Amino acid sequence: MSERHDPHLSKHDQLLHDLHDNLEHVVPPKVYIAVGVVLLTLTGLTVAASYFEMGVFNPIVALFIAVVKATIVVLFFMHVKYSSKLTKLTVAGGVFTFLVLVGMTLADYFTRAWGRW
Amino acid sequence: MSDSTAIVNGAPAEAHAHPPYQRHHFESMGQQVDATSFAMWLFLLTEVMFFGGLFTAYLIYRNWYYPAFVAGSHQLSILWGTLNTAVLITSSFTMAMGVWCAETRRKGALVLCLTLTFLLGLVFLGIKTIEYGEKIEKHHVPGFHYSVQSFVNPQSDEAAKSYGDKPLPLDMARHTEVYFSLYFAMTGMHALHMIIGIAILAFMIVRARAGAYTTGHITFVENFGLYWHFVDIIWIFLFPLLYLISRHG
Amino acid sequence: MSTTIVSLPDQATARVPKTNFLTKENGLLSWLLTGDHKRIAILYLISITFFFFIGGALAGLIRLELLTPQSDLMATDTYNKVFTMHGVVMIFLFLVPSVPATLGNFLIPIMIGAKDLALPKINLLSWYLYVVGGILVLYTMITGGVDTGWTFTTPLSTHYLNTNVLSTGIAVFIAGFSSIFTGLNFIVTIHKMRAPGMTWFRLPLFVWSHYAASILMVLGTPVLAIAIVLVALERTTGIGVFDPSKGGDPLLFQHLFWFYSHPAVYIMILPGMGVISEVVSTFARKRVFGYTAVAFSSVAIAVFGFFVWEHHMFIMGVSTYSTLVFSLLTMLVAVPSAIKIFNWTFTLYKGSITFETPMLYAFGFMGLFTIGGLTGVFLGTTGTDIHLTETYFIVAHFHFVMVGGMLMAFLAGIHFWWPKITGRMYPEKISQLAALVTFIGFNFTFFPQFILGTLGMPRRYAAYPAEFQILNVFSTAGATILGVGYVLPLLYLAWSLKYGEVAGDNPWQATGLEWQIQSPPLTENFLEIPVVDREAYDYEWLERQKEKEVTTSVG
Repeated sequence: MSERHDPHLSKHDQLLHDLHDNLEHVVPPKVYIAVGVVLLTLTGLTVAASYFEMGVFNPIVALFIAVVKATIVVLFFMHVKYSSKLTKLTVAGGVFTFLVLVGMTLADYFTRAWGRW
Repeated sequence: MSDSTAIVNGAPAEAHAHPPYQRHHFESMGQQVDATSFAMWLFLLTEVMFFGGLFTAYLIYRNWYYPAFVAGSHQLSILWGTLNTAVLITSSFTMAMGVWCAETRRKGALVLCLTLTFLLGLVFLGIKTIEYGEKIEKHHVPGFHYSVQSFVNPQSDEAAKSYGDKPLPLDMARHTEVYFSLYFAMTGMHALHMIIGIAILAFMIVRARAGAYTTGHITFVENFGLYWHFVDIIWIFLFPLLYLISRHG
Repeated sequence: MSTTIVSLPDQATARVPKTNFLTKENGLLSWLLTGDHKRIAILYLISITFFFFIGGALAGLIRLELLTPQSDLMATDTYNKVFTMHGVVMIFLFLVPSVPATLGNFLIPIMIGAKDLALPKINLLSWYLYVVGGILVLYTMITGGVDTGWTFTTPLSTHYLNTNVLSTGIAVFIAGFSSIFTGLNFIVTIHKMRAPGMTWFRLPLFVWSHYAASILMVLGTPVLAIAIVLVALERTTGIGVFDPSKGGDPLLFQHLFWFYSHPAVYIMILPGMGVISEVVSTFARKRVFGYTAVAFSSVAIAVFGFFVWEHHMFIMGVSTYSTLVFSLLTMLVAVPSAIKIFNWTFTLYKGSITFETPMLYAFGFMGLFTIGGLTGVFLGTTGTDIHLTETYFIVAHFHFVMVGGMLMAFLAGIHFWWPKITGRMYPEKISQLAALVTFIGFNFTFFPQFILGTLGMPRRYAAYPAEFQILNVFSTAGATILGVGYVLPLLYLAWSLKYGEVAGDNPWQATGLEWQIQSPPLTENFLEIPVVDREAYDYEWLERQKEKEVTTSVG
């Protein structure tokens, strides 16, 4: 299993090398600051939007903003943008299953014919 | 550390040559870090599905009882809600910074970030306590002398009056109890997760001060960060769904 | 038919290896605080066997009551409690953990070439959660039981009963987390801890099945958890989420409950199918036909399994359009299961088949699961479901797949890997007899129930119209025979621990990694992590290994 074993490194240095290898990508603080600012701005935006009468678009706008916020938290705060394909697939799998639960349950509720016959 | 003296002495190191944090069933630190991180992600998936049931219930009843949900939502303080959202977002920021501090081995800064996250978490819970207190006073807690007065007669209620709410017919007014059930169930479940997170943060602050996370082994901080951000994401959805249903007159 | 592939070492000189995971450490604490996946597997084996016999005793009571058309053995309320507890114990405390927590825990690390699961402490926690859940169920039984049916249907469970719904709910909640953590552990292990050269498509199909089942455990069980939480809140505080008088919808509970409980049936059966793949291959001396198809069909069953839950609710008041959608999807989910049956059958074709006990159980599985699965199609079709649901047809259907299918697969697996786990062989003749007795008993018990259901006998009733009695008597007689078939393995397997023949490393001459190490294995499984360079079920490789051994010993 020692594919990365470099015969020129001492055992001690190999250990340290292993440790550093795991920290593939260190996200710099300025990214976090930017994300934090965007999140707070979007929060203000979604509060403001709720004061406008937009009919059916109110919930759509609110959910859209929430999805954008959640996405940037996942991508940057949770490092998914810099993570392996497996991590990305795992997140996608979770979202998909959640959508199945919500969507297919609502499929029953939205097609009930109560009061119509 | 015993391992470094062993390396100096030579032979025993060969038999036990792995970093001190590596568990014996793993072949390398890389495998261990990968595996524990993946395990945390899978655990978060279970949390997504757990909250998913509540979101499903919410979407159904909001669709059925929209006027009741609007009236119920007007009972929540937009001030406290927005403030709490900002508090939680900031705590997510401080947590992310904490991970960066651990990665770059800044012990003091790490302790600071964890402490800030911890305090912001407490602030969040404090505000929630105030909000829950208001609900209790107004008898808007389902199952405990629930009162529909504010909805049948909005003029008698400050919040309802300020939005110019019309009186609801009695059966729709009674459905506000469903709204509040979901409010308490969802924010309560969220708060429970916050409490657990804050408790773990307290533990982590102690360990961080002892230098446990600034020697290159940061998986605990990283994985906890994932959990904390997830709790933040739940609130990111709870806030508009519960507080911002319709604030226009 | 006296041919056998069993190849044991010379019994005069053979000994069970002195150093193995069983002898490594002694004392109760070394077991109760173990991280060794093999010891945890045995802890599970003991606990689930205990609960199996409790569930079995409850089944005996049900069949005794149903000997006569009147409700005369026990009050109808008591009968409701008996069948509820039978369901709760058998499903949550036996079927769900059966193969994964015992055989899966034991074998998966070895099959992939690892020293343990990824998270040994979580593995131990899983077992403790299971035990706590089990104790709570026992507590429920002792303090008066619960009579809602294992399905906790609302509003019965939330508003109309005064029995122990809460403690049962908590028990199931806790046992559910045991299941979640097991599945989580498996997924991480299979992804991250395969030995060098062990690519996904070289994995034994047993591992693929457990991978698929683990996805279901991780994604489905939490929804059951929240459903239980909501029932608990409804019962204790009256929040109204399932209460029609407050605007709630009782069907919402069923949506959440069945969103888990349908995938749960695949959680139960997929690991069993994994066992069957291993057993059929070994006792036909042939590669599993269509390895890729079987692997993908396992994952397909898991994925499709999430899309069909409403077929348990066709008559409950859901919309007609949704029944159309879910019925169609139910037809689709039958396809991957059928693919597996075809592949096992083609594996047998032109194989060198022998009839040791695991293979007898496997044959039983293939026949009975097919019948059970086909009757599922009747139930998935909305039109026929209206007549057949809530009758004994359903009871027969799920017992065919769960008992005729899953329990037979479990017994096949226990017998197949018994020599690996204990180092000793079970006695072949009596075990073949037990398998036969089980098969006969099973058919006598449950086949009449298909007829009863079609004739209209409702399920969950202590009293029934007199014209149904003869078939019920048949069924109870069969249940007695079935009981004997299940007690026998308990006795002879225990006997074999001391008096069984020494098995050696590979009594079945099988190809998996687990058969290349000693029986019982060392605590760390492998002295050196193997490098894998061959496909699964490579019998030619095995032949070459044997030739090598012959030539070296001659020289």
